[in-house]
Amino acid sequence: MSPRLRWRKFVSGFMLTMTGVCALVAVSVLFLILGYLAVHGGASINWNFFTKLPVPVGETGGGLANAILGSAKMLLLATIFGVPIGFFGAIYLAEFSGGAIAFVIRYAADLLNGVPSIVIGIFAYSLVVHPFKQYSTLAGGFALGLMMIPITLRSTEEFLRAVPRALREAAMALGASKWKTIVSVIVPAAYRGILTAVLLAFARVAGETAPLLFTALGNQFWSPGWTHPTASLPVMIFTYALAPYDDWHRQAWAAGLVLLVLILVINIVARAILSRGIAVPRT
Amino acid sequence: MKRLAGFLLVVLALAGVLWADSALSITGAGATFPYPMYSKWFDEYHKKNANLEINYQSIGSGGGIKQVTEGTVDFGATDGPMNDDQLKAYQDKHGFGILHFPTVLGADVPAYNVPGVTAELNFTQDAIAGIFLGKITKWNDPAISGPNKGLNLPANDIVVVHRSEGSGTTYIWTDYLSKVSDEWKTKVGKGASVNWPVGLGAKGNESVAGTIKNTPNSFGYVELIYAIQNNMPYGRVRNSSGAFVKADLASVTAAAAGAAKNMPDDFRVSITDAPGKTAYPISSFTWLLVPAKFSDATKRDAIKGFVKWMLADGQNYTEALSYAKLPKEVVAKELKALNNVQ
Amino acid sequence: MATTTTTVPSAGPVAGSRSFFSRLREGDEIARMITFLFAASVVLVTVLLVFELWQGSALSRHKFGFHFFRTSVWDPIFEQFGALPFIYGTLVTATVSLLIAVPLGIGAAIFLAELAPARVSDTLEFFIDLLAAVPSVIYGVLGIFIVVPLMRQYIQPALKHSLGFLPLFQGPAYGVGFLTAGIVLAIMVIPYIISVSREVLLSVPRDQREAALSLGATRWESTWKVVVPFARAGIFGSIFLALARALGETMAVTMVIGNTPVISASLFSPGYSIAAVIANEFTEATGDLHTQSLIELGLVLFILTFILNGFARLLIVATSQRGSGTGHV
Repeated sequence: MSPRLRWRKFVSGFMLTMTGVCALVAVSVLFLILGYLAVHGGASINWNFFTKLPVPVGETGGGLANAILGSAKMLLLATIFGVPIGFFGAIYLAEFSGGAIAFVIRYAADLLNGVPSIVIGIFAYSLVVHPFKQYSTLAGGFALGLMMIPITLRSTEEFLRAVPRALREAAMALGASKWKTIVSVIVPAAYRGILTAVLLAFARVAGETAPLLFTALGNQFWSPGWTHPTASLPVMIFTYALAPYDDWHRQAWAAGLVLLVLILVINIVARAILSRGIAVPRT
Repeated sequence: MKRLAGFLLVVLALAGVLWADSALSITGAGATFPYPMYSKWFDEYHKKNANLEINYQSIGSGGGIKQVTEGTVDFGATDGPMNDDQLKAYQDKHGFGILHFPTVLGADVPAYNVPGVTAELNFTQDAIAGIFLGKITKWNDPAISGPNKGLNLPANDIVVVHRSEGSGTTYIWTDYLSKVSDEWKTKVGKGASVNWPVGLGAKGNESVAGTIKNTPNSFGYVELIYAIQNNMPYGRVRNSSGAFVKADLASVTAAAAGAAKNMPDDFRVSITDAPGKTAYPISSFTWLLVPAKFSDATKRDAIKGFVKWMLADGQNYTEALSYAKLPKEVVAKELKALNNVQ
Repeated sequence: MATTTTTVPSAGPVAGSRSFFSRLREGDEIARMITFLFAASVVLVTVLLVFELWQGSALSRHKFGFHFFRTSVWDPIFEQFGALPFIYGTLVTATVSLLIAVPLGIGAAIFLAELAPARVSDTLEFFIDLLAAVPSVIYGVLGIFIVVPLMRQYIQPALKHSLGFLPLFQGPAYGVGFLTAGIVLAIMVIPYIISVSREVLLSVPRDQREAALSLGATRWESTWKVVVPFARAGIFGSIFLALARALGETMAVTMVIGNTPVISASLFSPGYSIAAVIANEFTEATGDLHTQSLIELGLVLFILTFILNGFARLLIVATSQRGSGTGHV
């Protein structure tokens, strides 16, 4: 073996090992995050955390119950607002349209998807908070819903398109109208993928903080109804982490752990649903 | 599966609606300076009035002024009184005015984190101005070590910490610096949000305290209670009579003595660099901003009720949190002014 | 049975079946209209957003014009607003993050696409996708409690000691600053680079690799000199995607950058980014000019990310089409 060949082989082995190291580093970050939060926040996840309201500054023993409920309410609103628009819009794109109109709609969705979340916050403020002179759960839900729309729309469209033509043509051959085909054949066939899309969109906005700063503000009590400011998990994590009180830090870590576990579980479930479902052809 | 989801949706929606009228919810926002006090007060007041929730968000005095002017919150809170332009802007926007109600007396203290130094440092006016102007950069500078003979100050760079957002605490600090340093007055000026020559920005008193606590060689200003609650060393400041005074209930009350006698009708007054041998020079009132007119009578009565309580029973909670009580003359005057809120 | 044709119902009237076709058509028409409304609302909302950004910044655009991008003074008292420190901070932190994330990300993607057996590759990719799902605020919390102290106590002093002659590594070690923000951002954008690069690398046809290997190339040479260049456009696309994410990041950055509008050659210096200043100052910007200047900053950020996302998409699509022969927009 010539020296040059030996060198090249060495370089090959070395560089490929390095790429393995890179992959290892990247993946281990995830476990580092989970581990840190578990160690520091795990102990603070107790009954208090889930059921109590925050106590006055400097005192201990409070919880984040109102933040958990506030986040839940806003996410519910976001889903109610964002998912139908994404879903029905995707049906339009996949089944009814083509050409220029479809291009414009897809382009708009991609644009919306790329908007930084802080800018969505500005938009929601000027559209919902400012005219009605009220910070509210509604405004927060609206902002989060906006962010769910493009994800739901594009993914649903892809899964609808992936339904084999044979199914569509069979339905039509049996005399079904387009709409009936969609409702009874195509959507059920793409059901898993659509559910996955919704879950992933949900997980994405569950952790968003920036848009909530200008829309939901915050609340140390329960937020009555839907038109009042409300606490939320991500904003509480932000506020507590920056403060100097150790008790707040512990709660921030605990909240971070809860939020992260929730998001990761949703992601895992979504992928599991998908992998058992449709056979989407892979290149 | 779909039916279950639908059912859950309906239940949650109903829950939300049913919750809607169970409590009157009032929202206020503003200063972080009195936040520990307000959060205690609103919590206690809620215990006494279960149907009333006063939700106070500490976003900074600048935010308080802005949001109450916009009308997105029911009342505001600030430690830098609204200036004439801001008052006029409010009047123009709403057709009626907005009133200041002092709540407590507090103090900005110079907090620091110098490795190896746990003693109280003495700071002259020039030292503080120099540090914040960026002219004094090391801890062992003669301007700092001079009044602190016997203490071994390291030759480390000073890390200045200030507020990143519009803050009444900043207003108090810069108001004081403008009075004691001509250079500061011309170069930077006083305000809730200034063009800082040096330093790191942190959001809220909470974050400034957190940053100082975690950053060696740092120096910044926080409200007294934040330094105490976090066991942070804070220094004495030289007042106009030449004495080095530490911020506490007595020295802050002494600073307000003169103002108590001559309180203007709109309660906007500055008590920084107050005369008096025992006065702490960086003291201040802090105010609630209450609109002069409310379209919702229940909200108006709720807020007036709170202010009345605050001026009476509420004052008994202040000293535990190191805020000084309002002078009696000011309380009497405020009760009268409360009638102007319609 | 009404008909046995499979043509679209709008194909001409058939004697005796017109009412059936009309009903069909109407049902479909209604469905089409309803779904169109939903789809159109997406466009409407997007247009409204751009409009609000444009309108909302009118005052400051007219007052400052292009000066906005050349001034570095941000003074709310004297009402002077210049975007330069924020644009600088945004670009610097994004650059630092890419300098770290791109080599690591491409390296990992190469490993996942070329070396790892399929199951390992899929499992690791699964974890990488989970990493992409971690919310920004949690990265911020870890930034504050882990990265900042590490920087302040070990990394910054070490850099200063060894490379302190460079203006990049001068100044006091605060812990927060451009470098710290860049590092936290790097961790956040690595998953995007890895997952997209892995996909484009996987889509490179096998015959490319085999041709290289049959000519005597080592594994590494075949990868680095043949496969990666083939997928080059897609990899660049992933970098643009990562860049777009880094530019728009708010929470993690504002927690570790120092929040000071400063332009400095040193990476240790605290700074500010567009997203961070909006988050900190928007709710309390007194005065229309202040608010509108912030909205103008939002508009700038929006345009930047919009352009980058556009490029990214083009590049990624181009590569997949080239590789697999199928194209889907």
